[in-house]
Amino acid sequence: MPAEQFHEWLRREGRIVVVGASLAGLRAAETLRAEGFTGSLTMIGDEPYEPYDRPPLSKAVLLGMSAPDRTDLPRRREIDATWRLGVAATGLDLAAHRVRLADGDEVPYDRLLIATGVRARPWPREEEAQLDGVFTLRTRDDAVRLHRRLKAGPRRVFVIGAGFTGSEIASACRHQGIAVTVAERADAPLVGALGGVIGSVAAELHRDNGVDLRTGVMVTGLEGDSVGRVRAAHLSDGSVVDTDVVVVSLGATRNTEWLADSGLGAGPRGIACDAGCRAFDFRGIVTDDVYVAGDVARSPHALFGYQFLSLEHWGNAVAQAEVAAHNMISASADRRPHLWVPAFWSAQFGVNIKSVGVPTMGEEIMITQGSLAERRFVGVYGYRGRVIAAVSFDNTRWLEFYEGQIERGAPFPVEYPTMDRRPEGRKPVPADFPDPSLPTHGATVTLSGYSPADRRLVFTPARH
Amino acid sequence: MRLVVDLNRCQGYAQCAFLAPEVFTMHGEESLVYSPWAGDEHREKAARAVAACPVQAITADGLADPADAPAGAGRVASDAR
Ligand SMILES: Cc1cc2nc3c(=O)[nH]c(=O)nc-3n(C[C@H](O)[C@H](O)[C@H](O)COP(=O)(O)OP(=O)(O)OC[C@H]3O[C@@H](n4cnc5c(N)ncnc54)[C@H](O)[C@@H]3O)c2cc1C
Ligand code: SF4
Repeated sequence: MPAEQFHEWLRREGRIVVVGASLAGLRAAETLRAEGFTGSLTMIGDEPYEPYDRPPLSKAVLLGMSAPDRTDLPRRREIDATWRLGVAATGLDLAAHRVRLADGDEVPYDRLLIATGVRARPWPREEEAQLDGVFTLRTRDDAVRLHRRLKAGPRRVFVIGAGFTGSEIASACRHQGIAVTVAERADAPLVGALGGVIGSVAAELHRDNGVDLRTGVMVTGLEGDSVGRVRAAHLSDGSVVDTDVVVVSLGATRNTEWLADSGLGAGPRGIACDAGCRAFDFRGIVTDDVYVAGDVARSPHALFGYQFLSLEHWGNAVAQAEVAAHNMISASADRRPHLWVPAFWSAQFGVNIKSVGVPTMGEEIMITQGSLAERRFVGVYGYRGRVIAAVSFDNTRWLEFYEGQIERGAPFPVEYPTMDRRPEGRKPVPADFPDPSLPTHGATVTLSGYSPADRRLVFTPARH
Repeated sequence: MRLVVDLNRCQGYAQCAFLAPEVFTMHGEESLVYSPWAGDEHREKAARAVAACPVQAITADGLADPADAPAGAGRVASDAR
């Protein structure tokens, strides 16, 4: 069939299968229908729920503004799909165009979208992770359990890892007057994602809000009582913290194991795809019928030296899903690249933290507006003489401007005058990221090399 | 009624919090925290908030009365920046 006819047929009566029925999967399905796809659509998800939103789980839910099981995503339109929920995909046969399911079924496809996201990295010692009172927070079920326990009024919550999620959990606990200890291996919270300069502001935020913040320490063990409830956490500095709720916030692991023998370029850093969201196979050859979107994807970005980026960003899942869906049913000349500038937000301790670009690439930072001491500022990150990222604390409205600077490759340091520039913001200082060869659980953007098959950088779990 | 706010796009203008305080609240100066689900009793207010957001950051479904609108109707905002 000539290409043009093929795409016409595909749009009319092709079979599209989406694995991973969450944010990226849902937005892709809606885009497919919006662009006129009338064939069959199958949504496969291992969670038993229709797509729900995760960011509220560590914010509105823990603050008591929303029930943990009431964060379902609104629909942009009807998608008329067959839902296979509560069943995991366990294998992929690229040659036969089939997805294998845990219940033994096989689902054939003409186009496949993989959006299996990531899962919370558990506490590495299994027996300790099993203790009653030890939680992670990624899914609705996690949120239901944690929410219930927090409502029961624990004596002290112990959070392992001060990345975004860990910090948000600590913030929500303090807001409700619950005592919290946070243990972080780095010298400050958010260091993996934003560097040490911003991390020190985050540390003050924690402390001023009454968090017992312990930095530069590792958790060496969790101790249970005689009936298997967690009782205390032991730290590398020899201290022991009594606690009855432990939240493990050590970042995430990509859900790619089910693709291990498929021949796709899938590994611990995600599934490599081209700028058009087409998956690479393990030889580095791009497929044309398998697409990837969301947290599980790693894709090259022109603005960032064509490095593959793995983004754990809500906005990326939406934007990439839209591009993937469009490209799945379009002939090559009509396809679009996924050139979204990474953007992220977090709300903690009443402060609105946002970033654009790739802060982890930053060598230096300068505070171009406001001041660190007032916790209202914009920090701009520079990489090899250009603006590569920006972060704001309670200063959202300026970020769009810096996004433009990043897209343009504007020069760094920022020489032009800016609103509310202080003396401290005249000169760049080292952004103070930890050694990039040491993986951190705190980063939400990971640079994952230049090759689709790059496995030199193995992401080993952060040993706390 | 289900709703989601694209907080990359949200500028913290607080119009929504003013119009439907049961659903949207500001934490600190510009940090919006909202309930992703609004009951029938708040639907009208929430719909007003959706319409009033100056950057169209709020997506909701079930905005109109289900009896006289196709399912899923409502403002369809693109979440992409
Ligand atoms: C607590 C929390 C707070 C967050 N806060 C923010 C924030 O403030 N800002 C921000 O930008 N981002 C935030 N995020 C990140 C954001 O939620 C993610 O980027 C987004 O959910 C990614 O969507 P996704 O569809 O790619 O992946 P996911 O949401 O991870 O969905 C993947 C789905 O696939 C399923 N799945 C996995 N393997 C299989 C299989 N083999 N078969 C079938 N199904 C499978 C999974 O169970 C899951 O349902 C937060 C995340 C969490 C958990
Ligand atoms: S009205 Fe819109 S921009 Fe303002 S706080 Fe609400 S969602 Fe954000």
